[in-house]
Amino acid sequence: MKQHFDKRRERLNLFQAFFSKPKTIKISEKELDFIVCPKCNKAIESSEMKKSFSVCPQCDYHFPLTAFQRIETVFDGSSFYEVYANATSTGLNNFPDYLNKLIRYQKETSLNEAVVVGTAKVNDIKVAVAIMDSRFMMGSMGQIVGEKITRIIELATRRRYPLIIFTASGGARMQEGIMSLMQMAKTSAALERFNQSGGFYLTVLTHPTTGGVSASFAMLGDIIIAEPQALIGFAGRRVIEKTVKEQLPDDFQTSEFLHKKGFIDQIIHRKELRSKISQVLIFHKESIR
Amino acid sequence: MSQINAWERVIIARKQNRPKALDILPLLFDHFFECSGDRHFSDDRALVGGIAMFEGQAVTVLAQSKGRTLEENMNCNFGMLHPEGYRKALRLAQQAEKFKRPIITIVDTAGAYPGQMAEERGQAEAIAKNLQFFSQIKTPVITIVLSEGGSGGALALSVADRIYMFENAIYSILSPEGFASILWKDESRVKEAAELMECTANDLFNKEIVDWIIPESEEGLENNINFSIAHIKDKIRTDLNRLNKLKLNQLLDQRYAKFRKIGSKL
Repeated sequence: MKQHFDKRRERLNLFQAFFSKPKTIKISEKELDFIVCPKCNKAIESSEMKKSFSVCPQCDYHFPLTAFQRIETVFDGSSFYEVYANATSTGLNNFPDYLNKLIRYQKETSLNEAVVVGTAKVNDIKVAVAIMDSRFMMGSMGQIVGEKITRIIELATRRRYPLIIFTASGGARMQEGIMSLMQMAKTSAALERFNQSGGFYLTVLTHPTTGGVSASFAMLGDIIIAEPQALIGFAGRRVIEKTVKEQLPDDFQTSEFLHKKGFIDQIIHRKELRSKISQVLIFHKESIR
Repeated sequence: MSQINAWERVIIARKQNRPKALDILPLLFDHFFECSGDRHFSDDRALVGGIAMFEGQAVTVLAQSKGRTLEENMNCNFGMLHPEGYRKALRLAQQAEKFKRPIITIVDTAGAYPGQMAEERGQAEAIAKNLQFFSQIKTPVITIVLSEGGSGGALALSVADRIYMFENAIYSILSPEGFASILWKDESRVKEAAELMECTANDLFNKEIVDWIIPESEEGLENNINFSIAHIKDKIRTDLNRLNKLKLNQLLDQRYAKFRKIGSKL
């Protein structure tokens, strides 16, 4: 009987894994881990995924990275020093079910909020960084996300570090209402002070960067780069289709579309990201004390 | 008037006969001289801008403009700005800074226009640039929230030293309809959404986002607008006097602090 249940659980797990993101199939007998590319449906070995920076070797689909995977792929080994790691939005407001949601996401992601901030090095150049994690409530920006980002901008201003922000967000966090909206103004104001102090700010737009995040710090970089095929835009596609009542072009709101329209300096493949970031940092050495 | 609930205020704020920006503009200012266009693409009629006199002092006025009739609304795109509207505002704000004119903005929009062309021309970038520039613009800025302040589209004209809000205006992260549809996938729960969103003038005053609530006559704003106008004039006079006297770094530090303190606990 127990055996029967175990078998069923195994099948159920397999089924659930297949439909969750990213799709992982575990074949325990062979001890192989596969991840299925959602774009071309090719099965990729987990070890291969790591080597390819979580990019599909067949079709170049860029899998979303967690904040700490991102840190690993871009910054000098163990140079990342996290600050405000314990800041959490729990207890901020009484929006129904919000607290439970937060706790669930904290368990799922092992993060306290949708952004990780700190200092790090790229080829020995010290930088202040913020890395958003789209797994945590769509990377949405509430008070804590806005405050952590503002504080890291202020730290960059004080210490004259270059600033790099990796965006990945659905926009402002609805559950925190007007307080979320105001984070757009707060972060933009901090960036203007950083800007006036002569600091260099690089934005790396990753999938997805939309809504209130795209309409604030995401679009304010001195240099703006994006990963291929990321969704980047202000209004949601469905909202626009409802308003204009017409079919939108296939590449609408992709990195490539925004690049063509003149809003992004370069689209950079993840495997080249570290070297390109290092390159632009060297150009701006003058802005660093 | 405090027993009016949030949803009732939403309805009042959206009333067709409620005064629009173009109605209050001539009551607040004299000799309005309109300035059009963003100098890059076109002239967005959802944002009316120009120079006017406020009690002997030249000011730059930036007003989000809604219409009353269908024809008026077609002309001003129902008060929903395209990027060129935000860029027109930015251009005129830079000019105001150059000539040391205070800026008065009037906010009345359901949100930035969600359309293909708006996205292509960089709606997000246009809003972001306004937030950034207004945060440290070297001249006083006063914002009047007239009826509806929706999302980043309203915020792009609300980064100011003083924010006044009409008693029955609403200001929120998005429309109650959008809020209900995103969170519950059910647009019919708008009333519940309006309450939860804390979008009334009182809510925003309590959160120290809004500095002053503009009283409306019990007869309704549309029936006695002069009641409110007299209050606003007094308030603008007092505040401009104060703001004009500040040293530039004081003005900029105070404005920075005003936004910096919002949700600043970790």
